[in-house]
Amino acid sequence: MITIPLTHILGIAGVLFSLGLIGVLVRRNLLFMFLSIEVMLNAAGFAFVGVSSHLGQADGQVMFIFILAMAAAEVAVALALVIKYHHISRELDTDMACELKG
Amino acid sequence: MIVFYISAGIAALATLGVICLRQPMHALLCLIASLVSLSICMGLLGAPFSAALEIIVYAGAIMVLFVFVVMLLGLGDGPASDSRSLLKKWWLPVTLTACLSIELICALWVTSTTDSDFQLVSAKEVAHSLFQNYGSAVELVSFLLLAGLVGAYHICGSRKQMGDGAT
Repeated sequence: MITIPLTHILGIAGVLFSLGLIGVLVRRNLLFMFLSIEVMLNAAGFAFVGVSSHLGQADGQVMFIFILAMAAAEVAVALALVIKYHHISRELDTDMACELKG
Repeated sequence: MIVFYISAGIAALATLGVICLRQPMHALLCLIASLVSLSICMGLLGAPFSAALEIIVYAGAIMVLFVFVVMLLGLGDGPASDSRSLLKKWWLPVTLTACLSIELICALWVTSTTDSDFQLVSAKEVAHSLFQNYGSAVELVSFLLLAGLVGAYHICGSRKQMGDGAT
């Protein structure tokens, strides 16, 4: 069985990361921006796992566990903020969130 | 090996659908399809523990949180999303997941014997590395999760203690 070359693994992770970055920059809706951030985190985790399995070690999967835990904590706080912001202003448009008061 | 590249291509297409789709639920379904295909890629690289964790934690808990928020805020119907989106169809996550399932069934049908020199990093090795080398980081991650829990509860928590207009 031919193992997959490392450049391909990192290339896939890079493509997914850049797609998530484009999503963060282009989308206006707050929820879609958080979704794109999750895409970026997932791509970074995949890069860790790919490199560690290429080297035959378990350290990358350990880092993936930590990334998962951090993403979970971040999603909890971020979605709480989204809900709170939705209560204040009925829109989730970030272009309209341009004033500090109210 | 072709299963890996097909899954990676489906993951890239699904991620493209996430950033292009208009309705939040369609984008969520595309992201779940992307996570499942990446989990297949991780399993083929010899990391079955990470593949299982991705399905259980990422697609099974974090995406469910997103679905709850979409349901709570009522973003599912109507033109509540961006007007600058490119695609307007819902068929993208459905067809991608169908391609994924067809590919999986074909792969299971074709390869009936396991290869001899397939290197696997098992869950036991990951657990050894996690709790022996990185035990202090586990404690720090537990601090982080507790902080996230308390923060999420406080942000969306009781309004009586906060008074009027205070966030």
